Amino acid sequence: MAWFIFILLAVFTIGGALGVVVTRNVVHAALSLLVSLIAVAGIYLVLFAEFLALVQVLIYGGAIIIVLMFAIMLTRGSDYPRITDNKQWPLAALAALAFLGVLAPSFWINTVEGTKSQNASLTGIGESLFTTWAVPFEIASLVLLVALIGAIIIARSDEEES
Amino acid sequence: MVDLVWFQLLSAVLFVIGLYGVMARRSAVLIIMSIELMLNAVNINLIAAASHMEGIGKFSDFDGQLIAIFIITVAAAEVGLALAIILRMFRNKSTVNVDEINLMKW
Repeated sequence: MAWFIFILLAVFTIGGALGVVVTRNVVHAALSLLVSLIAVAGIYLVLFAEFLALVQVLIYGGAIIIVLMFAIMLTRGSDYPRITDNKQWPLAALAALAFLGVLAPSFWINTVEGTKSQNASLTGIGESLFTTWAVPFEIASLVLLVALIGAIIIARSDEEES
Repeated sequence: MVDLVWFQLLSAVLFVIGLYGVMARRSAVLIIMSIELMLNAVNINLIAAASHMEGIGKFSDFDGQLIAIFIITVAAAEVGLALAIILRMFRNKSTVNVDEINLMKW
């Protein structure tokens, strides 16, 4: 059963990802990305990472897709519905396949035996986040604050400055 | 239970697709989307390792999940900033194609 769900979700993940990189319509690319990200959330559920699945749906499926849609809308992506690729795309495909040719065999050869299959409890994640990972957690909040202020300053229109 | 190696292969394929997108696409928005695919591939890898293996030393079973949470945080910050930069780019040069932003190219 787990195998069936995993294969189904893997097909959705890779299909959505391929949709992002081959489609000619920028809005379709964003929707394909949404399919891929939600399927990745399902894969987290197969891995018993319920909290990560929740975070994935909320942040990626909610926030990031909306922000990307705003980017498409504000840059009038719909005025140019046919997007074009670089001229070097065959070279890019070749380089990507070569990278896969290195990556996949290295995973395949150095197989690691799974030693457990239980789920990590939400309590444990919370405890670890605020003890072992407390400093990175605070730094992450600072990073978000700085990114927010920076985004506002960069995107502010010129008329207000004068 | 699905073996760890299948999750790793899935993440490798997803990463490579994202890599191709970064190299082949011209629109900056689509490059951001491809970067998101690559970050998700890394997250799948981390979470698969976290839920298949015991913790070692001072690291507990689910520290891979916590690193994935930080990656998602950084991805959210990155997308917000990238949107601002793309908007500024569009306002100054009226294009989002990265090969037309060649002012500083030698």
